[in-house]
Amino acid sequence: MVEPAVNTPGAQAASGNGRNVVEIKNLSISYSGQTALEGVNLTVREGEIFGIIGPAGSGKTSFLKAINRMDLFSTAMEVKGGIRFLGRDVKDWRNVYALRSRVGVVFPLPVGLPLSVYDNVALAPRLRGVKKKADLDIIVERCLQRAALWDEVKDRLDSLGSLLSGGQQQRLTIARSLSQDPDLLMLDEFSIAVDPVTTMRIEDVLKELRKEITIILVTNLVQQARRLADRTAFFLNGECVEIGETEALFTGTVKDQRTLDYIEGRFG
Amino acid sequence: MADQKQEQPMQAATSIDAIDKRNLDWFLDKGVQVLIFIGGISAIIFVLGIFVFITKEGFDFVLSRFDLAEFFTSPNWRPTSSANPTYGALALIVGTASVTGTAMIVAIPFSLGAAIYIGEFATGKTREALKILVELLAAIPSVVWGFIGLSIMNALIIDLFNVPIGLNIFNAGVILGLMAAPIMTTIAEDALKAVPDEYRAAAEAMGATRWQVIRKVVLPAAKNGLVAAVLLGVGRGFGETMAVLMATGHSVQIPDSIFDSVRALTATIAAELGETAVGSDHYGALFTLGIFLFIVTFLINLTADLVVRGIKKK
Amino acid sequence: MFVATDLNRQNDKIQQRWRILFMVMTLLLILPVLIILLLLIIRGGPMISWTFLFEFPEQGMTAGGIFPALLGTIFLVSVALIASVPLGIAAALYLSEYAGDNWLTRVINLAIINLAGVPSIVHALFGVGAFVIFFGFGTSILAASLTLAIMTLPVVIVATKESLQAVPQAFREACWSMGATRWQTIRRIVIPNAVSGILTGIILEVSRTAGETAPIMFTGAAFFLPFLPESVFDSTMALSLHLYVISTQVPGVPEALPYGVALLLIAIVLVMNAISIAFRVYLRGKKKW
Repeated sequence: MVEPAVNTPGAQAASGNGRNVVEIKNLSISYSGQTALEGVNLTVREGEIFGIIGPAGSGKTSFLKAINRMDLFSTAMEVKGGIRFLGRDVKDWRNVYALRSRVGVVFPLPVGLPLSVYDNVALAPRLRGVKKKADLDIIVERCLQRAALWDEVKDRLDSLGSLLSGGQQQRLTIARSLSQDPDLLMLDEFSIAVDPVTTMRIEDVLKELRKEITIILVTNLVQQARRLADRTAFFLNGECVEIGETEALFTGTVKDQRTLDYIEGRFG
Repeated sequence: MADQKQEQPMQAATSIDAIDKRNLDWFLDKGVQVLIFIGGISAIIFVLGIFVFITKEGFDFVLSRFDLAEFFTSPNWRPTSSANPTYGALALIVGTASVTGTAMIVAIPFSLGAAIYIGEFATGKTREALKILVELLAAIPSVVWGFIGLSIMNALIIDLFNVPIGLNIFNAGVILGLMAAPIMTTIAEDALKAVPDEYRAAAEAMGATRWQVIRKVVLPAAKNGLVAAVLLGVGRGFGETMAVLMATGHSVQIPDSIFDSVRALTATIAAELGETAVGSDHYGALFTLGIFLFIVTFLINLTADLVVRGIKKK
Repeated sequence: MFVATDLNRQNDKIQQRWRILFMVMTLLLILPVLIILLLLIIRGGPMISWTFLFEFPEQGMTAGGIFPALLGTIFLVSVALIASVPLGIAAALYLSEYAGDNWLTRVINLAIINLAGVPSIVHALFGVGAFVIFFGFGTSILAASLTLAIMTLPVVIVATKESLQAVPQAFREACWSMGATRWQTIRRIVIPNAVSGILTGIILEVSRTAGETAPIMFTGAAFFLPFLPESVFDSTMALSLHLYVISTQVPGVPEALPYGVALLLIAIVLVMNAISIAFRVYLRGKKKW
């Protein structure tokens, strides 16, 4: 049942398949009665990078939390509407932990767990039952390499992950997400606390990954969405204002004037 | 795998069941959650259990022999009288109240003063050292305090005040005050610490001195927490057993002076339970004292909790 | 601009006076206790010896050592810990990791406060009614230890809860987002990062339990026993009760003897507390995050 290598059923997105990884129908999210997001409809297709832009407080993070069911452990957060992940409504998943293990998440502020670099990356495989050191070694090295961190940490895999620099920790988080062997990778403003050089390195990593994994990229940098995303959605004050091909949006083909205003920096 | 999927689009439907299934970890998680929940409500079970079991043992007495008026108004606690046993708890209640009152006269000013000094004036190492010292003082067992009352305080009081017996309200009150003060200091200091620093900064920016800030800003803001500290101190004094058993002189009477010996509710149970037959009236009467103690401390703690909750709402 | 100078100077003086008053109050709170401790050391110190620690009492407890009482206290504390530590940790885990902000949580917290606030002699009555009589354990180490365990449960709960809550929420969320179950998160991330705080709480509980007297008086501790307990169903002597007995119930005890017992008891309790505090201070300087 457990496969050490990074290859399990349903894992790899063959690009161009066109299957919808995430389908959102009429999604509304509220916290203790206060609306954070309302009436969102969208689909994320297999193999694409789906960008989400919008100013702070537009409901982007809540959107991500609803997909991997983080509302489950929060008494305040309430989610209404349909979210289908891999074709099954997230509320109908019999094992919510299995759902989450298929979704990698990278947080705005890097969270290096207080474990060694090695254990950080080996945690997810261990959770699903990989025990053999040799198998773990392969996964750890491979994921760190894909996250462009291996060369920097290969000599200190035993040191504490939380002691790495901010940029390194963020790549460690990406490596950790990859070790889950996810179908979907969600990045939430990953560059907010890292330097520009690291940001560019991570962007290169994402360009490589797009061939294998579907990515939702929430970003505060509109140009980052332009550089990376195939399609982009614009969220504003809890509303999904517009969804379109990224290039079209950035060349002015918008249905809503607010989108253009935001992209061109007139507010936000 | 990927190739297979492309050839058979239907594969997606079956493969999701391969991913989404409940495994050992899922069931383990549910099981552990049940165990932790039981642990979580254990405190409730125990408090109910305490009430149920002491009521159960005292029940027969309450039904057959208990007289509410006698209990609260008669000073005659003579459970061992063979001809006519009486169960008036007034002298015991007065004993407990007088000792607790004396203790609070000692403890309230000193613990609040110490809390203000530690929380608002002392800084750095001094502050840490004082806090640790206070914490250590709170740890001294009550039987040791009782022994101190019995040996050191007893002789001291006889010498200083020229009274025949040193085991009395004064002795037990001072001992109890010294016992309760560290705990009250800690709670009061927490209450002071809970006042946001912005309040202090704002007042200091207007040119107020430290003391003005404390008196006009910090103390009013921490009022509820300080009241709770005093209440918990009262509860502690009320329920203290070994120290009052050893330092009060243990005589059932309504005292005339602070140098009279008395007997406390708790001490009565501790002194007499060993000599009673299970199920006897005397045994039941002691459990009835226990019920009374339980209810009073429960009310004190409940009040303290409500007072503290009052702060949080603000 | 300097009109207020006189007023300021006066304010400073008032402030200084209050400051000194509060300092004196603090000292008055602490000094008597330190003097008392010193007296205990002076009068009880000479008593402490190998014979005192490791021999049985003799001649109606007016001579000899206190070994059975010391051993009994160790037994009582150990059994109480076995009962209360798992339960206390479970309760703390519930409050820190599972409980929502609702009425049940409030009731649990109130129950914990009450458990800590109920007079120790009432705990003793409960022990008699529940463990000695109802469950039929008789006056035994088991009955006394369970009574102590319930009484000191709040100590473990509060200390454990605090150290669990000190683990940043981001760690949990990161772990959950990787597909870890709640229990996996607790076991692999939360507890390892709180374990030292939990240990501090347990040491504190040892110190509390060792000093308690009233709860064990009628549930399992005996005034005097010529032999050592052989199982948890036997009763035992205990250090705290021994101090009460020889200082109030036994005639002809030499003055230094109870001082020695009091010193030993207080030393055990304070050393345990000091270890716990030192541990805490050390940990504060060594956070991993």
